[in-house]
Amino acid sequence: MMTQNAEHILDHSELFRGDEYQQMLANKKALFENPHDPAEVDRIREWSKTPEYREKNFAREALTVNPAKACQPLGAVFAALGFERTLPFVHGSQGCVAYYRSHLSRHFKEPTSCVSSSMTEDAAVFGGLNNLTDGLANSYNMYKPKMIAVATTCMAEVIGDDLNAFIKTSKEKGSVPADYDVPFAHTPAFVGSHVTGYDNTLKGILEHFWDGKAGTAPKLQRKANNTINFIGGFDGYTVGNMREIKRIFELMGIGYTILADNSDVFDTPTDGEFRMYDGGTTLKDAADAVHAKATISMQQYCTEKTLAFVKGHDQEVVAFNHPLGVGATDDFLMTLSRITNKAIPNALERERGRLVDAMADSSAHVHGKKFAIYGDPDLCYGLAAFLLELGAEPTHVLSTNGGKGWEKKMQALFASSPFGKNCRAFPGKDLWHMRSLLFTEPVDFLIGNTYGKYLERDTGTPLIRIGFPIFDRHHHHRYPVWGYQGSMNVLVKILDKIFDEIDRKTSSVGKTDYSFDIIR
Amino acid sequence: MSRATTQSVAEIKARNKQLIDEVLKAYPEKTAKRRAKHLSVHEAGKSDCGVKSNIKSIPGVMTIRGCAYAGSKGVVWGPIKDMIHISHGPVGCGQYSWGSRRNYYVGTTGIDTFVTLQFTSDFQEKDIVFGGDKKVTKLIDELQELFPLNRGITIQSECPIGLIGDDIEAVSREKSKEYGGKTIVPVRCEGFRGVSQSLGHHIANDAVRDWIFDKSAPEASSKFEPTPYDVAIIGDYNIGGDAWSSRILLEEMGLRVIAQWSGDGSLAELEATPKAKLNILHCYRSMNYISRHMEEKFGIPWCEYNFFGPSKIAESLRKIASFFDDRIKEGAERVIEKYQPLVDAVTAKYLPRLEGKTVMLFVGGLRPRHVIGAYEDLGMDVVGTGYEFGHNDDYQRTAQHYVKDGTLIYDDVTGYEFERFVENIRPDLVGSGIKEKYVFQKMGVPFRQMHSWDYSGPYHGYDGFAIFARDMDMAINSPIWGKTTAPWKDAPRPSLMAAE
Repeated sequence: MMTQNAEHILDHSELFRGDEYQQMLANKKALFENPHDPAEVDRIREWSKTPEYREKNFAREALTVNPAKACQPLGAVFAALGFERTLPFVHGSQGCVAYYRSHLSRHFKEPTSCVSSSMTEDAAVFGGLNNLTDGLANSYNMYKPKMIAVATTCMAEVIGDDLNAFIKTSKEKGSVPADYDVPFAHTPAFVGSHVTGYDNTLKGILEHFWDGKAGTAPKLQRKANNTINFIGGFDGYTVGNMREIKRIFELMGIGYTILADNSDVFDTPTDGEFRMYDGGTTLKDAADAVHAKATISMQQYCTEKTLAFVKGHDQEVVAFNHPLGVGATDDFLMTLSRITNKAIPNALERERGRLVDAMADSSAHVHGKKFAIYGDPDLCYGLAAFLLELGAEPTHVLSTNGGKGWEKKMQALFASSPFGKNCRAFPGKDLWHMRSLLFTEPVDFLIGNTYGKYLERDTGTPLIRIGFPIFDRHHHHRYPVWGYQGSMNVLVKILDKIFDEIDRKTSSVGKTDYSFDIIR
Repeated sequence: MSRATTQSVAEIKARNKQLIDEVLKAYPEKTAKRRAKHLSVHEAGKSDCGVKSNIKSIPGVMTIRGCAYAGSKGVVWGPIKDMIHISHGPVGCGQYSWGSRRNYYVGTTGIDTFVTLQFTSDFQEKDIVFGGDKKVTKLIDELQELFPLNRGITIQSECPIGLIGDDIEAVSREKSKEYGGKTIVPVRCEGFRGVSQSLGHHIANDAVRDWIFDKSAPEASSKFEPTPYDVAIIGDYNIGGDAWSSRILLEEMGLRVIAQWSGDGSLAELEATPKAKLNILHCYRSMNYISRHMEEKFGIPWCEYNFFGPSKIAESLRKIASFFDDRIKEGAERVIEKYQPLVDAVTAKYLPRLEGKTVMLFVGGLRPRHVIGAYEDLGMDVVGTGYEFGHNDDYQRTAQHYVKDGTLIYDDVTGYEFERFVENIRPDLVGSGIKEKYVFQKMGVPFRQMHSWDYSGPYHGYDGFAIFARDMDMAINSPIWGKTTAPWKDAPRPSLMAAE
């Protein structure tokens, strides 16, 4: 009996369910795989759900399983792509660059241009100066970038390559013109995470333009004006979010510069032309940003060093934690209004009213529900604050790249709401810790990135996909999650899952015909 | 129809040579000289493709290649399902390679099966300064406690391990002893070693030789009685289920597959492979090393095969059968006959839609040559191909058995070259990886990922060929490609509408 059929071609999801394949796999297992006794597998599986296992799991000191973080250079590439005709250049082993490009492309479904200095054994011994020199020359000639932003892999960091000195020497050797912009940042993978790499790179680029281009130009003298700088941070929704933020600024009549605006390069049209570069913060705007009245970061933990640097240039700096929902968006807009002396226009007030309207309409379905959240520290904070507004309980909030400061901040947020009473933040933990949490203190829903689907399968906790990366659903990054309208998108995502879940649980005919409601 | 098919071979050769000259102009002189050796136009009758290969990539050119870690953890070891593979070093390598290769398996994930988990020692600065041996020692204890059903552990080295002088071999020996001879395999696949994934494959193969074959008694965990028809599938990573749609054919012809390397594979299967009568090798590039070793040490012959497309499948089934008696030879004929109606139906449906279409490939491993037959079975024409990390023996096989006169050959192609080539040749389809996919689709060129099967597959075997044919058709003949230019572009200006 043949399973495959030319008229109705079976995919992998169906093909291997056929009897022949099932029999084949059963034989393979029984005869050749030396499988464990199924009873033993069951026993261990059940044990892995217990408080006793959780205790051992949380006692881990050396092992990380399923972390929710990536390494610094990923954030470096993400930030560098936000500048006009800028080519990210990562100094070190070449495989890393293949990984960053794949990772970003799998999320955005867009090309990611980035080069490597392709260091190998000899560079490990002698240093990577020649690789950097040749690499800069090749990139400059082939890809005609306006700027090359250099970061490092852990290999280059371990052997101690000095980017400042190397870039100077490379220029002396004629790799690129002496006045060509080559900002740099050391981004060791063994410190922090991708959000740290974003921070270091953005700071490196601003430092380059503001503080005399590594000693090759005079430092810029700040002449304060009335514009503001805006920094999004590492953000899987950059395409939708940046456009929403620009719309808000324009509605308010604010003069602004978005720093590291990669919303166009991650959203080019399919019209016959491949745009390796598109949009981005112009190099002139990046330099002129020194004159701004203030710099606003949407994500504190992505911009700690950058904001300290900006503050050192006499600007006011304000950091948010991925503002989501009514209160956080209010704060964001009022801060903009205070800094710029521009009133919040009626159009935005109406958007606010619509979000409140939507929350009032739907809150009965969210109120009292328990959620587990994981992701980058700022996103976790923003989501938790929004859930509290909805009367929900963000019971477990876990951030692998969150630290002690973040934990404190989260606990303070919980303490500010009656719905936060039983909630707890878990800094530095991973998704295997989350698994134990979901088994021992179950919640109604889980919010996280694509990797959460393994937790959904193991623990039965329905996953709402918000975060980075989202590999297995398409186009979410095109919709904003910031502002009142972005918050509305998040609300709808949460509600859709809640309603789908009720339907799923009440869909057996003859058993749960009740509750399978047409109106909710 | 693309330009390539409307020209004579001489014209194509001249055009391809001109294209090569043009792309080289973009490079600084030194680089142009180096890259020139990797670009060629195939001359029929030559024993190889006329390119240098397996040489360091040039800095700054946007190579598509990965690293030794990707070759070991990502390709060879990662799919072994009942072992835990530690990405030893900083967090990124394991994160980016987590679950992305679609090595299908069956098992209780997280309990007795671990393919889609990301285990890492998540190096911090102090581990770089003080070394990571203590950490990985403790990590193994924690694995043993929390994942007691694991059958073995591998330590996949990331770049820092080799640079800071850690002794993971000593740790492995010590912990193996402590846990009663447990299989613990140190793998020196630091990303800076070698020039691509390729050295990682070799290092991974050698680690199997040194830390599994040499440590385990042949009878260790395999309890089956040998038969004269036992074979092992080597170099199939079960992407989208490829090894399964291959295995079923081998079993139908009367052979018994005792091991899969390494898709849906287990430690017991690795250990039992020396009992095989024949090793059949699909991805020559990544697993020829262990096949040669088994030939030398255990006297097991090996043969290469190709399960893409009915022509090569039939040829391969007969070739494999030739190592056995008439029972198997008849079995091969029976299998070919059994699937002929499926092949005929698939061909009848898709060949008319695909005939004459041209393809450019750039992939790794075996695919730059192996898939050519499958395209030809559908009436398609591969007009350009190249290897991400091939060696000269790959280009020899390509020249001698696969490509046509005048095919454009590009080894370790750069982003720039590949764009220019495709832009000028305008093939009907490009088959390459995720990093290339969106570049070409933006250009309006249909594309299929030929590493991950673009989340489809299997493509191996007869069942896989049907899926392959459907996928190529839906890429090329998607109605969306007719919409890439706005209708008001390049069209005469419409006159004012009445309402205006």
